[in-house]
Amino acid sequence: MALVGPSGCGKTTMLNIAAGLDRAFDGEVERAAGTLGYVFQDPRLLPWRTVRENVALALPRRERRSPRVDETLAAVEMAGMGERYPLQLSLGMARRVALARAFVVDPDLLLMDEAFVSLDEPTAQRLRALLASLLEKRPTAVLFVTHNLREALALADRLLVLSPGPGRVVAEVPVRIPRAGRGPEVVESLRADLLARPEPAFRVLA
Amino acid sequence: MRRAVLPLLSFALLLALWQAAAVQAASRVLPGPDAVFTVLLREAASGALVHHLGITLLRVAAAFVVAMAVGGALGLLLGRSKAADRLFGPWLVLFLNIPALVVIVLAYVWFGLTEAAAIGAVAVNKIPNVVVLVREGARAADARYSEMAQVYRFSPFDRLRHVLLPQLTPYFAAAARSGLALIWKIVLVVEMLGRSDGVGFQINLLFQMFDVAGILAYTIAFVAVVQVLEYAVLQPAEARLLRWRDVRAEA
Repeated sequence: MALVGPSGCGKTTMLNIAAGLDRAFDGEVERAAGTLGYVFQDPRLLPWRTVRENVALALPRRERRSPRVDETLAAVEMAGMGERYPLQLSLGMARRVALARAFVVDPDLLLMDEAFVSLDEPTAQRLRALLASLLEKRPTAVLFVTHNLREALALADRLLVLSPGPGRVVAEVPVRIPRAGRGPEVVESLRADLLARPEPAFRVLA
Repeated sequence: MRRAVLPLLSFALLLALWQAAAVQAASRVLPGPDAVFTVLLREAASGALVHHLGITLLRVAAAFVVAMAVGGALGLLLGRSKAADRLFGPWLVLFLNIPALVVIVLAYVWFGLTEAAAIGAVAVNKIPNVVVLVREGARAADARYSEMAQVYRFSPFDRLRHVLLPQLTPYFAAAARSGLALIWKIVLVVEMLGRSDGVGFQINLLFQMFDVAGILAYTIAFVAVVQVLEYAVLQPAEARLLRWRDVRAEA
């Protein structure tokens, strides 16, 4: 599920509330208990620990030596980089490690905050494809924040459109085409459709 | 090889000036390097030098460990808990300003002329400095890592070991460096006032006998040992703990 909206509308705050990090709000949160994975906008890898340790630390102590860690690193194409330190990685690589960390815990809910922003387009494309394939192998509930409408349309099953700050969900748009069939032209036409919708809610997407 | 030349030249210059001054003074009060060196060799041969140096170093080590442990724990507490900081902050200011001599004298009066009182007094002198530095580090800890640790359900032990303590390393290192420098000077005073062995005790004895050459010999020996400790132990330890910062980014 993608959360789209302009900057400052509260998308990150929503994720933080869902994660239990932000408790200063009025209202209620209904959250089923379960494991959480969170890919923050900045990778938030511990710079004083190796790549492998960073991923392993997300697991409980007795599971940290399991092959699962190396398998997940391989799945994000970071096999063999386990002994590097985060300061040696490019942003794209760091994001991949953060993704691995989120997936290694086998989350019931995966939160992603602008996870592919400020990457060059080819890298971002690769990471989006990576995410799609990971979800294919292990379907997970995902709450994905982005201001990039094309990205949301390429990946999401449902879009939630938020109004400018303070944000409210003003529209919910299902995307029924299977992800594999959403080539660039399809995404463009979906986007055009959305922008052409007359309801005021969709004006924020322009 | 070239890098060693300048410091060596500098030392040689110092020795030359010293020798010249001693010859000029021609007095018992200012012995030249040759006289001091003779005393140094004599004390080393008799085993006295090693004995006193060893005892003093042990006291330095003990006080160092106590000060870093207690100071570190307190600094962490005051840095993470605003309530504790508000309550005990003023005490910290008070202790920071009490002269070392007063602490030592009071320790001997209240707890007797014991080893524990001696080492405790030295530690108490150093602890406030450590607390201030570590508290600063704890306050500066990056909340973003703590958030990540919360989401991924890190245990309190993991949080301490993997998130908090590594961020405190530079502050601990600063406390250690300034700590060693401060502690060994106070240990000498403590030995002079209330112990019967150690470099401080020796220096006091030599002072009573007006043996300036002896005083200088022990001083030089002790300073040299502390410098070696700094370079051979503290600096490499710090470098190892911070090696993750020096790796170059690779494409």
